[in-house]
Amino acid sequence: MTAPVATVTALADGEWHRLHPASPLLRGGLVFIAVLGFVLANMRERLVDMFVIVFVPDTADELDGRYGEWQNDWANDPVGAIITNGQFGWALLAVAVVIIGVIIGFWLSWRMHTFRITRESVEVRSGILFRSHRSARLDRVQGVNINRPVFARLFGTAKLDVSVAGESGNVQLAYLGSALADGLRADILRLASGARAEKSRASAPAAPSVPDAAGAPLAGPAQGDAVGPPPASARVSAVVGRRVDEFLAPELDPNLAPPESVVHLSVARVVGSTLLGGTTISILVFVAIIVAGVAAGQEWVILSFIPAVIGLVGYLWSRITKSLRYSIAGTPDGVRIGHGLLSTANQTIPPGRVHAVEATQWILWRPFGWWSVRVNLAGQSVSASSEAQQRTIVLPVGKADDVRRVLTLLLPDAVPTLDALLGAGLTGRGEAGGFSTTPRRAAWLRPFSWRRIGWAASGGVVLFRRGALTRSLAVMPLARMQSVALGRGPVRRMLRLASVRVHTLAGPVTVELPVADADEAAVLFENLAADAVVWAGADESHHWGAVREQVTEVVS
Amino acid sequence: MPERPEAAAVPEAGEEPTEAPDAPADAAPAASPAPEHPNSEHPTREHPTPEHSTSEHPVPIDEDWRRVSPKYVVVEVVGSLIGTVIFVAAFLVAYFWFDWWWALWAAAAIGVVSLVGIAFEPRRVRSIGYRLRADDLLFRRGIMYQRQVAVPYGRMQLVDVTRGPVARALGLADLKFVTAAAATAVTVPGLPLDDAERLRDELVALAETRRAGL
Repeated sequence: MTAPVATVTALADGEWHRLHPASPLLRGGLVFIAVLGFVLANMRERLVDMFVIVFVPDTADELDGRYGEWQNDWANDPVGAIITNGQFGWALLAVAVVIIGVIIGFWLSWRMHTFRITRESVEVRSGILFRSHRSARLDRVQGVNINRPVFARLFGTAKLDVSVAGESGNVQLAYLGSALADGLRADILRLASGARAEKSRASAPAAPSVPDAAGAPLAGPAQGDAVGPPPASARVSAVVGRRVDEFLAPELDPNLAPPESVVHLSVARVVGSTLLGGTTISILVFVAIIVAGVAAGQEWVILSFIPAVIGLVGYLWSRITKSLRYSIAGTPDGVRIGHGLLSTANQTIPPGRVHAVEATQWILWRPFGWWSVRVNLAGQSVSASSEAQQRTIVLPVGKADDVRRVLTLLLPDAVPTLDALLGAGLTGRGEAGGFSTTPRRAAWLRPFSWRRIGWAASGGVVLFRRGALTRSLAVMPLARMQSVALGRGPVRRMLRLASVRVHTLAGPVTVELPVADADEAAVLFENLAADAVVWAGADESHHWGAVREQVTEVVS
Repeated sequence: MPERPEAAAVPEAGEEPTEAPDAPADAAPAASPAPEHPNSEHPTREHPTPEHSTSEHPVPIDEDWRRVSPKYVVVEVVGSLIGTVIFVAAFLVAYFWFDWWWALWAAAAIGVVSLVGIAFEPRRVRSIGYRLRADDLLFRRGIMYQRQVAVPYGRMQLVDVTRGPVARALGLADLKFVTAAAATAVTVPGLPLDDAERLRDELVALAETRRAGL
């Protein structure tokens, strides 16, 4: 994709289209292949013998001698029994029937699995016997995710996931041609943005109207090999070359985003931060126990911890590989976050879909100045699956400057406020830097962090900072606030304190001020309640494209 | 135990409030918004028509906190008593059948604590209050652990009327507000049924005119 903004696939035209032909294989067929491979591997010798008998009948006597006693023992040796009883043809027929049945099943499931993208929604129909029809309204799209598991990458395909608000409300297009998925993502977001695609579609060359999404209908120079009918060998090598190129290509297309808006992670930092994460403590505990056990002459202790160590190493490995090749970038369609070494995934969050952001730094990361950033998003953070949890991590680890750039991307409207307040918010304490202070009596409740607890609000965002062991700065756009609560328990009332909590969608971020002076908290509560209404009324981000049209044109 | 929930999802709200709201003098009851869109085909209108704009809101603004019905004390007391009786009976059975001497003390302790709690029940019910303001609904409750919540009208996704058996016998109903955030958790209990239904219709209409995405 050389011109990401102008690229419009021919698929977003309101007609029904089919997915990549390899989809059924990738979705469920790999299991079938694995079973087949297992069977073949186990019966390799017998199958070789079988063919020897069929094609070289002279050796049958010798083989009969070898397997003679098993001739009628079906349970022990079905292949031998088939051969010696002369039912080879029937067996071949049965295998053929099974294979043909599976192929027909795949073909039907591919035929019946169709999708269409209209001006209003993305719809998917699937199922052979039990039909299902899902549709996602475009103005409710909370993000578009593209996943490329290793096997799908080998086939040059990708899985497109349109997430909408609500639990398990996602619409999946699995699988599409890899380049096609990128184009379709841009189309869906453009349609959702309220900006119409006619302009860019008219400027793009007339796309070949191929009914299947097999990878061809991407307008532009991406498939030069589809022009003429080259010889088969050249075509194969071209396909292989393209796969290799795709595999080795950088995770983020350099044309997609201006380089100054891109945040990358270095491998050393990813590994280091993971090793200094919470699991370090458990590793140290393990080592201590093992050393103590060996010292006490109880060598069996080592053995009992082997499973735990294996699990731990696996966890660390998966964390590191998921964070490798990480990038976050501002694209015209929203913030794009990509990561993964072998299986890659990226998600695009349109503007105005971020409900709360939190930067945290736990104590072992403090010497290095590392932070991680998480977000609350509608629709994704509700489910407890590890994939959804992964999506809420916007920045696995980064310096304060990376945090600033990520926040700038996520909350573009709040840039002046963030520039002024971020430094004090991340590491500051006390009154310096524009944050409120907490009275000394709060030390009864928060002995370590009371100096750090404070809030600041301006320009439509509210910042709550807290935490001494794990520093935290929560940033919340007031236009996304659902409600606000003021809490006063018995101890807090005795100390003339109160807590303020801003309610947002369920997610990893809790926007809360645990202690504040009671009178100040009451004022803050009133201000937040009033400001939230004003900012929500002024918010236009559900049709962000109407505003951003000029920006898009400039970038293109 | 809430049964027979009469949920009124905000988008489907098309019906006019059945009664004119008994509003204070500064609000005009006749100007209550009646959006003429009872269809559910386009359940979310992002842009309200100008006559529903927020500038002249037909909200019956409350000058002071509104209390819930004093009869709600009965609902709470009955609920507490049932729980107390079950526990005390269980411990008494343990005492008389198995001769566990401590069960008698446990029964007595539970009984005393429950009675003290019940004695505070009127005060606790008096602490529940709600207030319609220009742009949001304010709710408070609690005497030991006080909690005060402000819910902007535009954020209400659902307004739910539920009635338990005791509340139904007394002609009361609970009004539950649902936003996109689970933590909001605002339920105004013990409203007279007519009030609850009128308030629900009013708030649903308000939420429709103030609606602003997620």
